[in-house]
Amino acid sequence: MVQVLDDLKETPSQTAGPYVHLGLAPAAAGVARPGRDLGFGGVPGGVPGPRIRVTGRVFDGMGAPVTDVLIEVWQADAGGFYPGQPGAAPGFAGWARVVPDFDTGLFALDTILPGAVPGPGGRLLAPHLSLWLVARGINTGLQTRMYFPDRDNAADPVLSLIEPPRRRRTLIATGADGAYRFDIHLQGDRETVFLDV
Amino acid sequence: MTLYQRDRSWHPPALTPDYKTSVARSPRLPLLSLEGTVSELTGPRFGHGDIAPGDADLIANHAKDGDPIGERIIVHGRVLDENRRPVPQTLIEIWQANAGGRYRHRKDGYLAPIDPNFGGCGRVLTDDQGHYAFRTVKPGAYPWRNGVNSWRPAHIHLSVFGHAFAQRLITQMYFEGDTLIARCPIVNAIPDPRAIAALIAPLDLNQAVPLDCLVYRFDIVLRGRRSTVFENRPEGN
Ligand SMILES: [Fe+2]
Repeated sequence: MVQVLDDLKETPSQTAGPYVHLGLAPAAAGVARPGRDLGFGGVPGGVPGPRIRVTGRVFDGMGAPVTDVLIEVWQADAGGFYPGQPGAAPGFAGWARVVPDFDTGLFALDTILPGAVPGPGGRLLAPHLSLWLVARGINTGLQTRMYFPDRDNAADPVLSLIEPPRRRRTLIATGADGAYRFDIHLQGDRETVFLDV
Repeated sequence: MTLYQRDRSWHPPALTPDYKTSVARSPRLPLLSLEGTVSELTGPRFGHGDIAPGDADLIANHAKDGDPIGERIIVHGRVLDENRRPVPQTLIEIWQANAGGRYRHRKDGYLAPIDPNFGGCGRVLTDDQGHYAFRTVKPGAYPWRNGVNSWRPAHIHLSVFGHAFAQRLITQMYFEGDTLIARCPIVNAIPDPRAIAALIAPLDLNQAVPLDCLVYRFDIVLRGRRSTVFENRPEGN
């Protein structure tokens, strides 16, 4: 016998199911709640940074849009600070929820362009959005990132880990000048790189 | 500071064919393993200004002309991390079916009726010690399209934030004694029976409110934090 480590085990994940919107975005489920739904407030006018719009869809392995997905976004402000860090832009939540159109699966996110943030070994991480996807059929929420096609991604330490290199483009949006398109593929030839982080 | 690696053998794998929807929605390539960066080790924080005062009382928060139908229950517990530290001031969001097994969601077409006095969604913040509690009615079991005769055990969906975006978790709480648990393909997506047990809330009869409601206890554990246990600094500290 040996001494016993008394760490606990993380609570296991279960799928968010088809009615996740009732819990996280009741208005989308058709329910008006006493308070406000969180994550849909947008970016207040006084927050500095270029305004951007990201549209896209999530596709399953058969190429069908995942119309019941819910995505959460976490990002730095234009100066590269996350909310709560010293220097962060006041009033910027850095966090948003995205629910697509239930018929087409098309989503739209209005936010600001994030700045680069410090990464491992003092290298900068290129500007990116962190994304977390949950839906019916997804047993554990999927983490990924979206990078920008018109920023310098060449030295990004996360993108450069991806092999083969052609898969790096699954994390880079298309478009330019504040209007970006980002499709996520849960499986298949164009499967998005998901992170265990 | 960084987080404990997520034990993927403890969570359900992405592909669990008995839960059919997972087949086309499961990534097939390996996840890219990364040491957490600032993007994952920070996360949104919430406070009492973000939620409404009655959000933790699902018996009252959508009531129109009376209480909802169903067994009155309180669910309470603590949010801890794997290091056994309480997770204070973190947001828990819940959603559930009504006592008949019907969700108040525009996409739910089950024949059991909507309860006009029940919304089935709520929110609560943990206190300084990580405690939370909400009051509701016990949800009913409901059928779903998987096999021709598949039924979900009674369950409450919970979403928890923690303090880092990589601690984000959604799970489901089941009720002690429910014979549908062992038959559920979503439950059985979890390979380890000890992990399944961690999702089954025991009846906490000592805490039941006499002549009012039963109580279930459900503790939630988020990923732990790895600190530097040894640092070779010149001064020795
Ligand atoms: Fe459910």
